[in-house]
Amino acid sequence: MNETPNPNSFKTGPDEDGRFGIFGGRFVAETLMPLILDLQDEWNKAKTDPEFQAELKHLGAHYIGRPSPLYFAERLTEHLGGAKIYFKREELNHTGSHKINNCIGQILLAKRMGKTRIIAETGAGQHGVASATVAARFGFPCVVYMGATDVERQAPNVFRMKLLGAEVKPVTAGSGTLKDAMNEALRDWVTNVDDTYYLIGTAAGPHPYPEMVRDFQSVIGIEAKQQMLEAEGRLPDLVIAAVGGGSNAIGIFHPFLDDESVKIVGVEAGGKGLEGDEHCASITAGSPGVLHGNRTYLLQDNDGQIKEGHSISAGLDYPGIGPEHSWLADIGRVEYVPIMDHEALEAFQVLTRLEGIIPALEPSHAIAEVIKRAPKMGKDEIILMNLSGRGDKDIFTVGKLLGMGL
Amino acid sequence: MTARMDKRFADLAAEGRPALVTYFMGGDPDFDTSLAIMKALPSAGSDIIELGMPFSDPMADGPAIQLAGQRALKGGQTLAKTLEIARRFREGDEDTPIVMMGYYNPIYIYGVERFLDDALAAGIDGLIVVDLPPEMDDELCIPALKKDINFIRLATPTTDDKRLPKVLENTSGFVYYVSMNGITGSALPDPTVVGGAVQRIKGHTKLPVCVGFGVKTAEHARAIGASADGVVVGTAIVNQVASSLTEDGKSTGATVPGVETLVRGLSAGVRSAKLVAAE
Repeated sequence: MNETPNPNSFKTGPDEDGRFGIFGGRFVAETLMPLILDLQDEWNKAKTDPEFQAELKHLGAHYIGRPSPLYFAERLTEHLGGAKIYFKREELNHTGSHKINNCIGQILLAKRMGKTRIIAETGAGQHGVASATVAARFGFPCVVYMGATDVERQAPNVFRMKLLGAEVKPVTAGSGTLKDAMNEALRDWVTNVDDTYYLIGTAAGPHPYPEMVRDFQSVIGIEAKQQMLEAEGRLPDLVIAAVGGGSNAIGIFHPFLDDESVKIVGVEAGGKGLEGDEHCASITAGSPGVLHGNRTYLLQDNDGQIKEGHSISAGLDYPGIGPEHSWLADIGRVEYVPIMDHEALEAFQVLTRLEGIIPALEPSHAIAEVIKRAPKMGKDEIILMNLSGRGDKDIFTVGKLLGMGL
Repeated sequence: MTARMDKRFADLAAEGRPALVTYFMGGDPDFDTSLAIMKALPSAGSDIIELGMPFSDPMADGPAIQLAGQRALKGGQTLAKTLEIARRFREGDEDTPIVMMGYYNPIYIYGVERFLDDALAAGIDGLIVVDLPPEMDDELCIPALKKDINFIRLATPTTDDKRLPKVLENTSGFVYYVSMNGITGSALPDPTVVGGAVQRIKGHTKLPVCVGFGVKTAEHARAIGASADGVVVGTAIVNQVASSLTEDGKSTGATVPGVETLVRGLSAGVRSAKLVAAE
């Protein structure tokens, strides 16, 4: 398919400085600038290198298990009595979430660049597990920074990473969650610039990460679009995904951005409600600021100090969001809405009982939004939702919340 | 104001010795104590003062400065209060250049124009903002230069000859050479290697070159000062403050004198660097 450049396209960003409107950019220490410029050069070459693309595709098919199925959720559709609901089954990927799509892409890039050591940050541990997995597969030593609080509440994933040969470094600085893990990974990178590749897990950080991670994750939307045309002969009316940093969401959204008939909704973690500080709704309740290499919507106080987020889901527990989402929100192409902890927990149970799929708590937020919207839509309408991860890692959290002993 | 900085370096050049540049964290552990520390610095031998602006997520700093920032924030420090520390200091000292150092977000949220106006009014001479590389000059660097506030840039071992001109292009006041890849508070690198790097930078600019990261003792200050126009000490001072505090982080009678004693020693170090250079 040979598309002519469309000046009205939503898909042309970022510009050469890594900006999506006022968002994005390269707000990093000078020590890292040459590395980021190198990475950008290498990424620009890899993007159009048939050999790189072929290897990516091969590993996608044989290691990750792509394409992931598009699944018609018949019983959930019946139960809600409105729009037809389809899931893009990213939870069936190797390692159990969409995270592996990006990790495979970046590890190939690290190899190309001659780097010999991988570092990553992780919140819930899904990206840490995916990073440790590809590091094992390609024979790289891997260090994963994880907030001490998260190490405690995500013990099974910590064990997985260790089994895979990664070193998990608990971060006690700050409040010991994902943003502190990211700070610590940046400190490692700035110290070990010569041999280390920083494998960022979400579509955020300094340019070119937001663009690169989006492109690696766009396979989700590209496949889903094709599969939907095969299944229904038309595009969906609504695309929904949960947004933490926003990599699964941008991955499914991006290929649909220029399809005017497709409404797009991103679901943020509303935590215990937007009135207090116990949420992670950066767009709905935050304001633009600069953190971790990019300008984007952040949870912050009047002095520009970053606040801690809260979510039932450790994977959404980040006080920022990828810069492209901030831009899509500002120009109105994508609507961002919050879903509360209790709604996500309810949706988790609904899906488990009706479809026999245990979802992760992150996409449970998207399911909750589907539950709200589907009944108000016509039976001839179609919702596509990204089921970005499976819930095995969350059963302890959920068990505790439901008062069930494990 | 750029004139104060230029005059200070000209005077030091006439004296034939490097500058002692001292960093401390504004508001650590509280407003009054850090103001007292700042007021004590010049007479203890500090030639230029770096006033740290606390930030919740200091990505380029080691544990010592991270903790100092946390103590300051816990004590209620804000950017407005850090400017107020400078203003109060300036009431009693017209000559010592003040450079505010920190991260961009608090300034961005304060509002760039408003910040620059208030900084000028408070007697600030320069800014070091760690997460604003030359690629981001439109954000703060250019507006600061327009208002006659120096924008001091960090150069690092990864800044090669190809990149140096870009880094130096809009730099003013002095160049801050970060002597190693890493975070603040790391070990001291080999002074000979540092000397070579300073010479390399001097091949590209007429600005003074000050060296930081890893300088902790008078001996370090002397060794580094022998080949640079200035020596920056940060973590050692912040550690000195930390070691004087009570268990719950309150200042004691030893807090300000401890910093004074440390800085006096460092000052003796840079002053003896003059003798080395003159030999």
